Amino acid sequence: MKQIVKAAFVAAAVTTAGFTGAMAEEVKVGVAAEPYPPFTSPDASGKWVGWEVEFMEAICAEAKLDCVITPVAWDGIIPALTSEKIDMIVGSMSITEERLKTIDFSDKYYNTPTGIIGAKGDDFEATPEGLSGKILGVQVSTIHADYADKYFGETADEIKQYQTQDEVNQDLAAGRLDAVQADAIALDAFLKSDAGACCELKGNVADDPAILGAGVGVGLRKGDTELKDKINAAIAAIRANGTYEEFSKKYFDFDIYGG
Amino acid sequence: MAADSGFLNLDLLALSPPGWGGVLLAGFAASLQLAVGGYALGLVIGVAGAFGKLYGGPILRDLLEIYTTVIRAVPELVLILLLYYAGTDAVNALLVMVGLPRVDISGLAAGIFVIGVVQGAYSTEVLRGAINAIPSGQIEAARSYGMSPFKTLRRITLPAMLPYAIPGLSNLWLIATKDTALLAVVGFSELTLVTRQAAGSTKAYMLFYCTAGVMYLTLTLVSNQVIARIERRARRGIAGPV
Amino acid sequence: MSDTKVTMPAYVPPPPRRLLEPHRIFLLAVFAAIVFCVVWFMRWDWLPKYQWKLIEGIGETLFLLFSTAAVGFLLALPLGLVQVTGPWPLAWLARGFCTLIRGTPLLLQLWLLYYGLGSVFAQYPEIRQSELWPYLRQAWPYGFTALMLSFAAYEGEVMRGAFAGVPRGELEAARAFGMGRFTMFRRIWLPRAFYRALPTLSGETVLQLKSTPLVATITVVDVYAVISRVRQDTYLTYEPLLLLALIYMCLTGILVLLFRFLENRIPSRGA
Repeated sequence: MKQIVKAAFVAAAVTTAGFTGAMAEEVKVGVAAEPYPPFTSPDASGKWVGWEVEFMEAICAEAKLDCVITPVAWDGIIPALTSEKIDMIVGSMSITEERLKTIDFSDKYYNTPTGIIGAKGDDFEATPEGLSGKILGVQVSTIHADYADKYFGETADEIKQYQTQDEVNQDLAAGRLDAVQADAIALDAFLKSDAGACCELKGNVADDPAILGAGVGVGLRKGDTELKDKINAAIAAIRANGTYEEFSKKYFDFDIYGG
Repeated sequence: MAADSGFLNLDLLALSPPGWGGVLLAGFAASLQLAVGGYALGLVIGVAGAFGKLYGGPILRDLLEIYTTVIRAVPELVLILLLYYAGTDAVNALLVMVGLPRVDISGLAAGIFVIGVVQGAYSTEVLRGAINAIPSGQIEAARSYGMSPFKTLRRITLPAMLPYAIPGLSNLWLIATKDTALLAVVGFSELTLVTRQAAGSTKAYMLFYCTAGVMYLTLTLVSNQVIARIERRARRGIAGPV
Repeated sequence: MSDTKVTMPAYVPPPPRRLLEPHRIFLLAVFAAIVFCVVWFMRWDWLPKYQWKLIEGIGETLFLLFSTAAVGFLLALPLGLVQVTGPWPLAWLARGFCTLIRGTPLLLQLWLLYYGLGSVFAQYPEIRQSELWPYLRQAWPYGFTALMLSFAAYEGEVMRGAFAGVPRGELEAARAFGMGRFTMFRRIWLPRAFYRALPTLSGETVLQLKSTPLVATITVVDVYAVISRVRQDTYLTYEPLLLLALIYMCLTGILVLLFRFLENRIPSRGA
C-alpha cells in the first residue's frame, strides 16, 4: 500500500501536465469509445460526430457548460461516472430501474424501439419461438443483453455478448451470428450501410418497460442535482425553441423524441 | 464483392480525412507517451523498490514482497481495470486527506499510473538482481573511501549495476510498449483502440489491423537497435560477455 | 577494520528469514483486518448465484492455458531447432515469425484474427459452405490459435537458446559413437535442450495464464468474462475484480508449485 501511495505521488509529479485543474467549470461528457452511428462515431479526423454529439453541443450551449467529450469503454462507463472520470453520460443509455439504483438520469431525450435483425433468406420472427436454435448477439451491459437473457435465454442456442455494437453487426455480416438485438434506429443505420446489405429487420420485440426502460436519458451521478437541473432545463429549452427539431431533421425523417 | 473495401484500398490510410492515417498516428503518439511515462514511473518505483528490498526494514521488505508478488501473479488486464478506477479514487482520497482539493485526473495520467505500477514490480526485481550481481568488494571499497550512501549510489552502485540490468530493463521496455494496447479495453484512445474504431467505421478490418501491427513492429525493431547500442556502451570496460 | 575510521557500518546480509517474526505477526493481523473489512463491508451476496458459472469459467481458462501451452510448445521445438541448424530460408522464416509475434501486442493479433478474418468471411460467402464452417463460426478456435502462436513464438526463442547451448562435445561424442543424425537428435540433443529450457517453462506458462483473459474480448467465456458479466449485472466495480485477482493469484500459485514439483521429479544432471 505504501508503495502504491508513493507511486501515486510520483504519478502526480510526473504527469502534472495531464491535470487540468479543478477551477475551470469543465464538464466531461462520456461517450462510448466505439462507432455507434448515427448517434456517436469518430470520424477520420478524430472528431466525434452524430446526432447525439449535436444534441450534446446544443444542451451544453443552452446550459452554458464547457463540455469536453471523453471516450470511455462502454462496459466501464458507469464505473467511470461514479469514480468521477466523467461527469455525465451521453451514450444512448436507456433509463431503467436497474441503472437508477446506481446512477441518476435526466429526463428522456429520445426513444427507440428494440429490433432484431438477421440474414436475408433466413426467415424468423422476433419472438422467443422464432429465435429457437439461433445464435443471438448483443452488446454487453445493455438493456438488450438483459432482455435477451430473460426472453430468449431458454430458446436461443446461444447468446453471445460483445464489447461494441459495431462488432455484433460485423459478426452477423460474417455469418457467425444468426440474429442481433439492438436499438432499432441504430440497426436501421447498419442495414442501410454496405456491410448491412446481408441482412434485414425481422421485427421489433415485445415491450417490457421494466427492462427496456422509458427512453434514453443523460446519465448523471447521484446527488449531482445542480447539473441535473441544468440539463433538464436545457432539454426542455431546445425542445421548445426548435433547435432539437432542426438538428434531428438532418438525421431522421421521423420524430425521434417519440410519444 | 466489395473488393475495394478490402485490403488494398490504401486511400483509407491517407494522413488527412477521409483517410484515417492521421488518427492512427495520433493514437501511436498516445501509445508512445503512455509507454515512456509508464516505463519511467516504473523505473522510479523499481529503484526505490530494489533498495527497499535490499536495505529496508523488515516490514518494508515484506510489503514490497507482497507488491511484487501480487502484481506479477495477476493478469495485466485485470490490474489495469482495477487500478484505472481505483487509482483515481485513491489519489483523490489522499488529496482530500491532506486537505487539498480534488483534481481531475486525465486518462493519460491514469494510464501512465497503471502501466507504471505494473512495470514497477518487474523493474524492482530486475534492479534488485542487478544490484546483487555487483561484486560486494566494489561497494565496500566505496565505503572505505568514506563515500556517503547517496554518493555510493550515484557513483558506484547505479553505474556498476547497469550492464547487469540492461537486458532485463530493455525487455521491460518492449513489454511496456505492448501493454499499452491493453488500455484499449478501458477506452483510452491509444493505437489499438483507434485502430478498432477506424476498422469498425470503414469495415476495412484487415487493412487497419495490419497497419497497426506494422507500427508496433517498427517500434520494436527500432527499440532493439537502440537497445543494442546502449548495451554496447554500458559494457565498456567489461571483459567478455557478462 | 578496527584501526581504520569507518564512517558507516559494513553491509551485513540480513539474517535468514523465518516465517513468523514479530513484525510478521503484526502484518498478518493488519492483513486479517483488511480481509475482514473487505468481506464485511463490501457486497458479496452475488457469489452463490454465479458460483457454477465461475467454476466453468475457471475450467475454460485452464483448458485454454494447457491446450495452447502444450501445442505451442510442440511448435516451439521446430521453431527453435531450425533457427540453430536449419537451412537459411527456414531459419529466416522462423526468426521472422518469432519477431513478428513478439513485436506486436497479443490483443491486436487476436482482433486481427477474429474480426479481420470475420470481414473476409463477410466478403466470400462460399466459405460458409465449407466443411470447416462449424468451427470457424465459433470464437474459441481464434482465441486458441492466437494464444498458441504467441506461446510458440516466446518459447521458440527459449528453445533456440537451449538448442544452441548444448555443449558441442556431447554431440561430437554421439557422432563418434556412430549415431545417425536422427538418433543423435532424439537421444542427446533434444533431451539436453529440453532440460535446459525446463526452468523457463514455469515462467512462460504463468505469462500465458495472464494472457488468457484477452480472449474474453472476442466472446470466449472464460473466468474473466464471467466476472465481467457479474460486474455488468450487479453494477459493482471492485468486488468482482478483487475476487478475479484472487482467483488468478491462486491459479498462479498452484502452477508455480506444480512446476516446482515436476522439476524436482526430473533428475537434472548438472544441466
